[in-house]
Amino acid sequence: MNMMHNLPWLFLLLPLVVAAIDWLCFSRHPRLAATLSLLSAAGTFGLCVAYLTGALQTDMPDIYTWMPCSVEQLNLHLGLVMDPLAMRMMLVVTGIGLLVHFFSLGYMKGDTSNHSRYFAGLSIFMFSMSTIVLADNLAMTFIGWEMVGFSSYLLIGHWFDKASAADAAKKAFISNRVGDFGFLLGILLTLGLFGTMNFADMDGKAAGIAPAVLTVTIVCLFCGAIGKSAQFPLHVWLPDAMEGPTPVSALIHAATMVAAGVYMLVRLQVSMGTEAFTETACTIIASVGAITAVIAAIMAVQQDDIKRVLAYSTLSQLGYMVMAVGLLAGEAAMFHLYTHAWFKALLFLGAGAIIVCCHHEQDIWKMGGLCKRMPLTVLCFMMGTCALIAIPGFSGFFSKEAILDAALAKNPVFFWVGAGVAALTTFYMLRLCIVAFMGSARAHGAEHAKEASFTMALPLLVLAVMAIISGYGFIANDLVPFNGFHAHGFALGLPFYVSMGSLAVGILLALAIYGFGGRSKDPLAGNCISKALRNRLYIDALYDKVLIGGLQQVFAHVVEFLDRFIIRGIICQGLVWICYHIGKFLSWIQCGSLRAYTLISGIGLIILILLCQF
Amino acid sequence: MIPLAHYLILSGILFSIGLAGVLVRKNILVVFMCLEMMLTAANVALVAFSRAQGTAGVPVYDAQVLSLFITGIAAAEVAIGLALIVAMFRARRTVESTALNTLKD
Repeated sequence: MNMMHNLPWLFLLLPLVVAAIDWLCFSRHPRLAATLSLLSAAGTFGLCVAYLTGALQTDMPDIYTWMPCSVEQLNLHLGLVMDPLAMRMMLVVTGIGLLVHFFSLGYMKGDTSNHSRYFAGLSIFMFSMSTIVLADNLAMTFIGWEMVGFSSYLLIGHWFDKASAADAAKKAFISNRVGDFGFLLGILLTLGLFGTMNFADMDGKAAGIAPAVLTVTIVCLFCGAIGKSAQFPLHVWLPDAMEGPTPVSALIHAATMVAAGVYMLVRLQVSMGTEAFTETACTIIASVGAITAVIAAIMAVQQDDIKRVLAYSTLSQLGYMVMAVGLLAGEAAMFHLYTHAWFKALLFLGAGAIIVCCHHEQDIWKMGGLCKRMPLTVLCFMMGTCALIAIPGFSGFFSKEAILDAALAKNPVFFWVGAGVAALTTFYMLRLCIVAFMGSARAHGAEHAKEASFTMALPLLVLAVMAIISGYGFIANDLVPFNGFHAHGFALGLPFYVSMGSLAVGILLALAIYGFGGRSKDPLAGNCISKALRNRLYIDALYDKVLIGGLQQVFAHVVEFLDRFIIRGIICQGLVWICYHIGKFLSWIQCGSLRAYTLISGIGLIILILLCQF
Repeated sequence: MIPLAHYLILSGILFSIGLAGVLVRKNILVVFMCLEMMLTAANVALVAFSRAQGTAGVPVYDAQVLSLFITGIAAAEVAIGLALIVAMFRARRTVESTALNTLKD
């Protein structure tokens, strides 16, 4: 029997089995666990490359019925979809996953927490993410969706003895649950309207459905993406998620998991057809994306924590992608996802190396002068920055151009929003680079910084190369074509001039305000706008006050009333009261008088005799 | 010959005196003696019946043997009971039955 066509299941089984072994068998052998996880990541990456280059044929792997049901449509299948879109995403997931595993070896070296738990977490994340990417139906996507939420919870809370990390993990999980609820409704609506959850069977079924119902369905499904991709109302968890170890931030909260929402939307667009995305739904999606891109970019301007700057920049770039999905430019969104994954992972891993080398200092105002002490890391970081701010020739430039092109064609408002965000991006990234890398060291940690070790430097170099070349056609088109979509070619035109203009504006502003690193504190800080930005525009505070302080407290009072008066008062104490009084009533029989006992047993005997007699 | 009824009346009187003593007296020693009296009442009734049931002046010996057993068992009981009462007196310095209410309080 030829089992070769079932080889893709290894994408899921390998990390899952390794996670189980790490956790159950090797919890006292961190080096073995790390090696095993690294091998599984390398294995899945090799498999992915083999499929992409055609060394292995992508036959249809078997579909398993997990939960059979008497109604044919409700059967819960587990199947894999192996189209170019999925394989392209798998390349990102496994490739960055492998590099992050490798980087973690160096990053976690001096750490005293349980490394087996960490690597088991990474492996289970690889399993869950692969489930989302390869799922051939929405139910399986949802399973992976919850699993990545769980593994993200594990990894954010890796240092769970730190209160802020434990809180951040909880916050991420709960915010995601809010979005997931909408997603679940959306899946059920899809099942009801399309009669199937399989992506392959959805094509063309949107035509006969009322636009209003369709809009509701798409918006519900989009709720899932709002949660997972941290879009505007639920974006609050992503900056806090930076409490996790930095390689985790790179893998989960920059490159792969947060992009799952975008991937899911594009997958739906491909399988339902763009006609399923009604105009209203598209406007909602694009607006949410644009709002996220703008507010995140603004908030990034006044962050001092190097990881938080990157976190807000991730939010802003995710906003870009979602905006592109809303403009029905799925290919541009996926293209940006693809390039963004490489350069954002590079930036995060670079930040991780810097943090480790500066003795766990994350405040950029306590760094400074790093370009002399760790030139290689800083060079790699600068490559990532150039890609992020879209300097022509770097990967980010091509993908951002693709989105701006699409925006100009569909709706110029979003085009100008995108251009403004690009200028802000340039500004805050240059601020970070100038403050952290130029001038002289402003704290003890930065003075003694040394170049990153080999295990950390190698992934940086690989990612730096990818950050430069991944945008060019020969990589983006040939290696990973995507269902007939092609990476945008580049042409001179309005988008090019505008993005060059915003780039120039950003660079000039940053240089004008921060000079060449001579300043020791932020000249923009100290006023009320800066304070509002540092406090994240008070959105988190609002949630605290209104949702937690208001709604939750009211609910808590109701629950407390039920608990205190119904359950404790009537049920528990009522029972106690009844038992007590029955006992008290019966206790007079036990009077302690021998004669009374004799009398009672005598009378009882007589009654017994009488009963026997008659 | 004395009729059966007279024996039974005697037995009943003995039993009633014994029962009354068990119920009203506080001293366990006396209660104990009254118990013995009740057993004796039963013996009297048994022997009376054995004579009344007999034919041609020969009583039914089954009942008389039974009464001998009762006497034997009563003797064993006295041995145990008196030992308990002595033990109780040593522990409590009293043989009043009203003093046995520690568990109730």
